[in-house]
Amino acid sequence: MTNLGLKNEIREIPVENLLNEVLVLKKQGMRLSQACAAYINEKFELSYSFSDDAAYELINLRVVIDPQTQVPSITELIPQAVFYENEMKEIFGVKIEMISLDYENKLYRIKQTAPLGPKQETEVKA
Amino acid sequence: MGILKYAPQALKNLFLPPVTTSYPAVPFEYPEGSRGHIEIDIDDCIGCGMCVRCCPCGTLSVDRIKGTWSIDRFDCIACGFCVEKCPKKCLHMAKGYQTPGGEKGSVTYTKSPEVLAAEEQKRQEAAAKAAAAKKAREEAAKKKAAEEAAAQAAGGAGAAAQAAGGAGAAAAGAPDAGKAAPAGGV
Amino acid sequence: MGKRSVIPFGPQHPVLPEPIHLDLVIEDERVIEAIPSVGFVHRGLESLVDKRDFNQMTYVAERTCGICSFQHGMGYCEAVEHIFDVDIPIRAKFLRTIWAELGRMHSHLLWLGLLADAFGYENLFYQAWRIREKVLDMIEMTTGARLIFSVNKVGGVIKDITADQLRIIDGTVTEVEAELRDLEQVFLEDSTVKSRLVGIGILTKEQAHDLGCCGPVARASGISCDMRRLGYAAYSMLDLEPVVATEGDCFARCKCRLYEVYQSVDLIRQAITKMPKEQELAVPVKGNPNGEYFMRLEQPRGEAYYYVKGSGKPFIDRLRIRTPTFANLPGLCEMLKNTELSDVGLLVVTIDPCISCTER
Repeated sequence: MTNLGLKNEIREIPVENLLNEVLVLKKQGMRLSQACAAYINEKFELSYSFSDDAAYELINLRVVIDPQTQVPSITELIPQAVFYENEMKEIFGVKIEMISLDYENKLYRIKQTAPLGPKQETEVKA
Repeated sequence: MGILKYAPQALKNLFLPPVTTSYPAVPFEYPEGSRGHIEIDIDDCIGCGMCVRCCPCGTLSVDRIKGTWSIDRFDCIACGFCVEKCPKKCLHMAKGYQTPGGEKGSVTYTKSPEVLAAEEQKRQEAAAKAAAAKKAREEAAKKKAAEEAAAQAAGGAGAAAQAAGGAGAAAAGAPDAGKAAPAGGV
Repeated sequence: MGKRSVIPFGPQHPVLPEPIHLDLVIEDERVIEAIPSVGFVHRGLESLVDKRDFNQMTYVAERTCGICSFQHGMGYCEAVEHIFDVDIPIRAKFLRTIWAELGRMHSHLLWLGLLADAFGYENLFYQAWRIREKVLDMIEMTTGARLIFSVNKVGGVIKDITADQLRIIDGTVTEVEAELRDLEQVFLEDSTVKSRLVGIGILTKEQAHDLGCCGPVARASGISCDMRRLGYAAYSMLDLEPVVATEGDCFARCKCRLYEVYQSVDLIRQAITKMPKEQELAVPVKGNPNGEYFMRLEQPRGEAYYYVKGSGKPFIDRLRIRTPTFANLPGLCEMLKNTELSDVGLLVVTIDPCISCTER
C-alpha cells in the first residue's frame, strides 16, 4: 500500500462559480466531507472539501471574500451542508443566503455574536 | 437458534474471582511512569521560567529572586509538557493524583536556605563584578573620549580630510579609519 | 393518518452519555422527522489558537475528546508536520500506530458496551467493559494515563514503548481477542440481540454517500472507505482491508465495529513485528508553521479533518477540527425516519455519538 491521498489540492474559485463547481464535483460522485471558514487578513476564506471514497482524492474549493459579501448556500445541492453552513454563520458571521434549515445562530447556543469573525462588527452588535 | 448464548459466559463468571479490587482496603498500585502530578527538585531549579512559558494552562509561576516555584494543582492538566521542556530536568511526573479539596490554591516550593544563601552570594559577586566592569568601562570610555578630543583638537584638518575622502574609505575597514570615523561623526 | 406531535428527546436521557437534543416529529408511535440540535457542551477550543502557541495546541487538540484523544493529538501534529514538511522517525510512526489502534480498541469496546446497555443487556455491557479495562491498563502502562495519552509532539512522540512493554501488549491483545471471540457469539447470534438490531434504522449505500457519512456508519452501508488507507503514520507499511458490511442496519454497524477490534489486534501485532529497533523518537522542528494543510485520518468513529493554517507566527491562524459525529448527524436524521419511538435511543447510540467532539 502506498501513500494515497495525502496531497491537498486547493482550487481557488470566485464566489459566483461556487454553485457550479459544487455541482460539477457532486456529479463526479464526490461527497462533501467538510466545510469551514477562516477569518484571515480581514477576509473570509471558505473551504469546501470534497472527497472520493474510491480513490481517496481530496479537492478543496476555496472562496475568498470580503466580510460583507453574500454567499449562496449549497444546501439546495447538498442537504447535509446544513450544519457546516450554520456553523460558519454563527461562529464567523459569514453572510450565507437561503440555508434550507437555518438555526438562526442557535446551533451552538453561544451568547457572543460571531466570536471568531470580524472584531468591530461584534462590538457594534453587542 | 440463538437462545442462551450468554449461558457459557455466565457459568464461567460464577467460578471466576472478582475482576474488581476492594479498593480502599487494598491500595491501588499505579504503574511505572504514571502521570499523576508534577514534582520539582527545587534546589536544582535555575528559575529560567521555561515551564511557565510552555504551560498550556498557565498554572505555574516562578520567582527567580525569591527562589520559589508555585503550581496550582487544580489547574494543572498533567500533560507533562513542562517536564519535557525543563532544561535542568528538575521537574518530573510522580505517581498519585491530586485529591479533591474544598478550595483552590497554589502550592509554593521554596529553595532551601543554604542554596538560597549560596545563590545570593553568587549574585552579589556577579553584581560586584559587573559593577567593577562597568566602572572600568566608564573610565575607559572617559579616557578614550579625552584622547579623541585631544586628537580632534590636534588634527581637525585630518578629520576633515577624512570626511571629504568619503565614507568609502571608512567602510573599507582599515583599523585607523574605523576608529576615527565615529569620532569624526560626533 | 394518525395524530402528529413533537416530542423532545434529550439532552438528558438515560441512553445518552453526552447531551444531544432531538425534536422528534411523531405520528402515533412512528418517527416522521428528527431535527437535531447541539450546543450544550460547546467550549470554543478552536478559538484558543490566539492564546496558545502551536506546540501547546497539541495538548488542547488532544483534550477535544476523551475517547479518541490520541487521534486528535496525532491529527493535529501530522497536519503541522506536513506544513513544516518534516519526516518523523519511522519508530515514532509505528508507536503512533500502536497507540492509535489501542485507542480504537478501547473506543469500540466502550461502544459495544454502550450498545448492549442501550438495548437492555446489562450483563453484556459489563462483560464488554471488563475486556476494555485490559486495553486501558495497557494504555496506562505505556503512556502514564488511561485516556489522555499526551505522548504526541510536533515532530514525533515523547515516550517510547520498551521491549518488555511490547511483549506485554502482544500477550494482552491476544487475551483480549480470545475473550472477545467468546463474547462475539452473544453479540452476533443471540436472538434477543438480533431482535433489537436486525433491520432497524437501515441506511442504504446511496443515502450514506449522499449524506456524507463516514467511518463505521458508512462501512456498514457498504462504502469501502477507510482513511487509514491514506497511509498516514505507519499504516502505509501495514496490511489493512476495510471491514465492510452491506446491510446498513444496526446489526451491520455492530458487526463492523466488532470486527474492527480484531483488525486492530492484527494491526498491533503487525506493527510490533515490523517496528524498527532503536531509533530517535522525534526530529527537532525549527521555526513557526507557515502554510496550510488539511489532514484526514480515521478515528474510531470515522473520518476526522484537521485544518491548520499558519502564517509564520508562533500562534497559528486557524485550527479547524471536523469530527466524525458532525458528519454522521445528517445520516442519523435519515435513519430515524420511519422508526419506532422506542428505537430512537438505540439508533442514536449506533452512530457512536461523541458530542463534545462535535461541538469542540
